[in-house]
Amino acid sequence: MRRLGLWLGLGFLWLPVLLLAGYAFSDSRLPFQWGGFSFRWFITLARNERLLEAAWLSLRVAAGAATLGMLLGGATGWVLARRGPFAGRALFGALAGVPLVLPEVVTGLSLLLFFVLLEGWTGWPAERGATTIVLAHATMGAAYVAVVVQARLAGMEPDLEDAARDLGATPAVAFRTITLPLMAPSLLAGWLLAFTLSLDDVVVASFVSGPAGTTLPMVVFSMLRLGLTPEVNALAVVILAVAFLCVGGALLVLRRRLA
Amino acid sequence: MRRLPLLLPALWLAVFVAAPLLVVLALSVARPDAGVPPFALPFGWNGGPVWRPNWEPFSLLVADGYYLSAFLQSAWVAGATAGLCLLLGFPMALGISRAAPRWRGPLLMAVLLPFWTGFLPRIGAWTGILRDEGWVNGLLRGLGWADAPLPLLYSNTALFLGMVHAYLPFAVLPLYASLSRLDLTLEDAAADLGATPAVVFRTVTLPLAAPGALAAFLLVFIPAAGEYVIPELLGPPEALLVGRVLWQEFFQNRDWPVAAALAVALLALLILPIRLFQRLESRR
Repeated sequence: MRRLGLWLGLGFLWLPVLLLAGYAFSDSRLPFQWGGFSFRWFITLARNERLLEAAWLSLRVAAGAATLGMLLGGATGWVLARRGPFAGRALFGALAGVPLVLPEVVTGLSLLLFFVLLEGWTGWPAERGATTIVLAHATMGAAYVAVVVQARLAGMEPDLEDAARDLGATPAVAFRTITLPLMAPSLLAGWLLAFTLSLDDVVVASFVSGPAGTTLPMVVFSMLRLGLTPEVNALAVVILAVAFLCVGGALLVLRRRLA
Repeated sequence: MRRLPLLLPALWLAVFVAAPLLVVLALSVARPDAGVPPFALPFGWNGGPVWRPNWEPFSLLVADGYYLSAFLQSAWVAGATAGLCLLLGFPMALGISRAAPRWRGPLLMAVLLPFWTGFLPRIGAWTGILRDEGWVNGLLRGLGWADAPLPLLYSNTALFLGMVHAYLPFAVLPLYASLSRLDLTLEDAAADLGATPAVVFRTVTLPLAAPGALAAFLLVFIPAAGEYVIPELLGPPEALLVGRVLWQEFFQNRDWPVAAALAVALLALLILPIRLFQRLESRR
């Protein structure tokens, strides 16, 4: 009975994904109809300039946002876990958690209105696009990184850092040789989380972007609105393959390190 | 230098989290204007501070049934989605937490893996499965069970399939976290004292899993209440949820004050569930 529920749920989660992956190789012009095996939709995909351009922009935006989010979120998580009491700590913690619980439309609208007012007062950002998307995604990513880093540091007593300082290490040396290596796995996990969050986001990016910045999800969204083509299935298979390769590679490297 | 690790994130949070929220609050009482950007701020400086709020956006939200029904529909769709995710997610989390230890990791991965295809292609897959000449209708025709295609796409069925599919892992993970910490000796004790498996489940397992279940419900409910993409691509045209209405006011009607007022109202209504969720999280 218990097993049945588990397999039912997994079947429900996997059904669309398996169908999508299978029909990506169909020769039919209609999505989800079998017309013999072919790679034609992958070739169509590779020739779609607009989509490739958007994919390249998305990758750069996601890498930038994840890196910025990792640095800010890492500092935030460290402050919350290790830096003792300070004035405004409650407010700091509350603000750090806000992006996690804000509905996407509210995040997008509030950041866009903020950018518009800022432009009116200071002249910056003169053009909305890649830069504003990176700033928005970094803000969301940092909140997730902070949670992961804080949980990691809270799970470990500060004994090691105390010992290093007792043995004469300056706070900077203790941080670099003890705390940072302890934080490293959570920083990496947080970077990946922020990266995928950015690659998947269409709502916030649509709000804060301008004519200059069209990311991959924005292109896919407009394709889906006009009607599904098997090209989207082929794209999903490519994304899945890349994700598999990345995570598989990371696991291999980690395992070799450990061994 | 020593203060830099505190000052930088604090500055970032003030600029990119606190300030935008204050801006939305200010804009919700701004006046619509023909210019670019299409609003006039409610405050200014004219020999002294000027404060002229415009309460029309909010009175519109209360007076116009269109917006009220959007909020009611959102609450209903988010609540039903969260409920369905709990119903489907609980047996899954229970099954994973009671599997042999070496299977737990792979099973959790099996829950998360479908998400690597990307959010939009998965929604696209549902449109391909449910449309008139899609996979389900093709199957039904092939089996001779239906002559005319069933209108599945752009219906509430499609909306809920998409919503539950997208949010199910958000429910499974907190449920798994609470079920895997559950002390199994309590169940054994109840069974030794003569309770049937059904009674053990109802009197021991369920109450102990309740905080995790509430967290799972809220973790789905809060983002689902503002969802825009799934109702837009899968739902019926009349499923005008808050996220969709806000998007239309902003992008199509270019009424920024009303869009901001909708955002403020949505946040105000979500404050209670959000506070409850944060209290559950901090108690862990």
